[in-house]
Amino acid sequence: MSLQLDQIKKIAKLANLPVTDKEAAKLEEELNETLKFVQNLDQVDLKNIEPTYQVTGLFNVMRPDTVATSLTSSQALANAPAKEDGYFKVKAVFKDES
Amino acid sequence: MNLNDLSLKQTLEGLKGKKFSSQEVTQDCLTQIEAVEGSIKAFVTVLKDEALKQAKDADEQIAKGEKAALLGIPISMKDNFCTQGVRTTASSKVLDNFIPPYDATVVSKLKKSGIVILGKTNMDAWAHGSSTETSDYGTTKNPWNVSHLPGGSSGGSAASVAASETIASIGSETAGSIRQPAAWCGVVGLKPTYGRVSRYGVVAMASSLDSPGPLTKTVEDAALMLQVLAGQDLYDATTYPKEVPDYSKDLSKSIEGLRIGISDDYFDAITDPDVKLKIEDALKVYEKLGAKIKKIKLLDPKYSIAVYTILQRAEVSSNLARYDGIRYGAERDKLGSEAKRRIMLGTYVLSAGYYDEYYGKAQKVRTVIVENFKQAFQEVDVIICPTSPSTALKVGASADNPMFGEMADMLVEPSSIAGLAGINIPCGFDSKGLPVGLQIVGPQFSESLILNVAFKYEQETQWYKERPSFAKVSEGQAQK
Repeated sequence: MSLQLDQIKKIAKLANLPVTDKEAAKLEEELNETLKFVQNLDQVDLKNIEPTYQVTGLFNVMRPDTVATSLTSSQALANAPAKEDGYFKVKAVFKDES
Repeated sequence: MNLNDLSLKQTLEGLKGKKFSSQEVTQDCLTQIEAVEGSIKAFVTVLKDEALKQAKDADEQIAKGEKAALLGIPISMKDNFCTQGVRTTASSKVLDNFIPPYDATVVSKLKKSGIVILGKTNMDAWAHGSSTETSDYGTTKNPWNVSHLPGGSSGGSAASVAASETIASIGSETAGSIRQPAAWCGVVGLKPTYGRVSRYGVVAMASSLDSPGPLTKTVEDAALMLQVLAGQDLYDATTYPKEVPDYSKDLSKSIEGLRIGISDDYFDAITDPDVKLKIEDALKVYEKLGAKIKKIKLLDPKYSIAVYTILQRAEVSSNLARYDGIRYGAERDKLGSEAKRRIMLGTYVLSAGYYDEYYGKAQKVRTVIVENFKQAFQEVDVIICPTSPSTALKVGASADNPMFGEMADMLVEPSSIAGLAGINIPCGFDSKGLPVGLQIVGPQFSESLILNVAFKYEQETQWYKERPSFAKVSEGQAQK
């Protein structure tokens, strides 16, 4: 199975990545090369094999819920490209329909 | 010999014995940085004034009889460890102006132990690569020959140690990013067991694999660094609640009767005949030291490359989703082509309809790899193989090769996928004078054992005494 150009554009949208037509064409080629490479996993017998998500076997790690110092508002905002009145400023999410 | 050439252990002893001050060692490192950075480019940021001030503070504490573990030792750090108030870029322009408001856990541990930070080292952008060629801040050069690559992603850290710009360094490994540059630069690189060292505050690559660790001039130095780095961290739930042993205690223990496993598939992968010869020589040294070499059957590393490719890209796509240019950093158009390639493939293998075919399947093969190692470690104590199929490749080698890193790291990926501990140590030079790296892999939490096995070989062969000279650096420049 190989990826087509329209799928590349759809994935780019899902990943919120700006991708030019030229980049998309190159990505199509490179991603298909990589996908071909990983096909060898089909050769492994996976009957009755469970997936491994956590390699050292830890499960539901808890810690005491104690109060600790955290960042101040100005520290948290220090790297923000746009801010206003102690908030992060973002572009409008919804289009103005009025 | 200048103070910057000293090992960590020698520096500690010299500081303790008042033979020299932290300011003198730090100054010698900074002088070396100034002298060689033009050709090596190991650093993204050099903290000259800050380092000298920290060294002065350390000297005052030493005078007061303070005894922190690494008091006054200048080190370099990969630029993906968040350092409070000091720009942290992960070598990507997305984070060009990112000043972290907090320290990574390993950074605060190192600060508490008294270290002096010389600067932040170059890496592949986001740690995506094995060459430093994907860095947005230029390619680091191999101190043994500047027309060759240092490896990566912790290439700046490895090069800074090899060029004696620092006493020691820290890097991070997802699959190969400590061991492979250590091999190509001829230094010691220890990748601890997954969960032995905290990932908190490290710019994330693939969270089920990422393991910070030391790059040093000697095995003993790696033990001293790991002692400070290791341990459970409440800010990283995947750190393991297991006591941290004294890593220096068993270094010189006899390895008489040690069972060393070797697997044919790992030797067949070698692309450079000199590498094979050097590893075979090393095995003879181990036999002389009383170890028994035993052939074992490990899974062909080609399956690990496939598993790693899928898992890593999937986790990358998830981890890099946070860079939206809203809270910090630039917008996503600043991501480089390698990051885009990885995010794209990762998004695809996690997307509806393809998850089972790729990500789900890779997680199952991961289980097969884990079990394969468990079985192997019933027959042998450690596994030895080359760290990299070749010595350092030429500058430019990674260009337009979407699988460059996976191939350069094929012999370290299986153990990373299984979360095992591994170490690279120098084991000689190829015909071009480039270092060859030997890899020792042990079960999870076997750091003491692999350090012991590495130390015995190092003391017997003393390759660590070979360092690239200024002459070699300038010869390299002349060749360019």
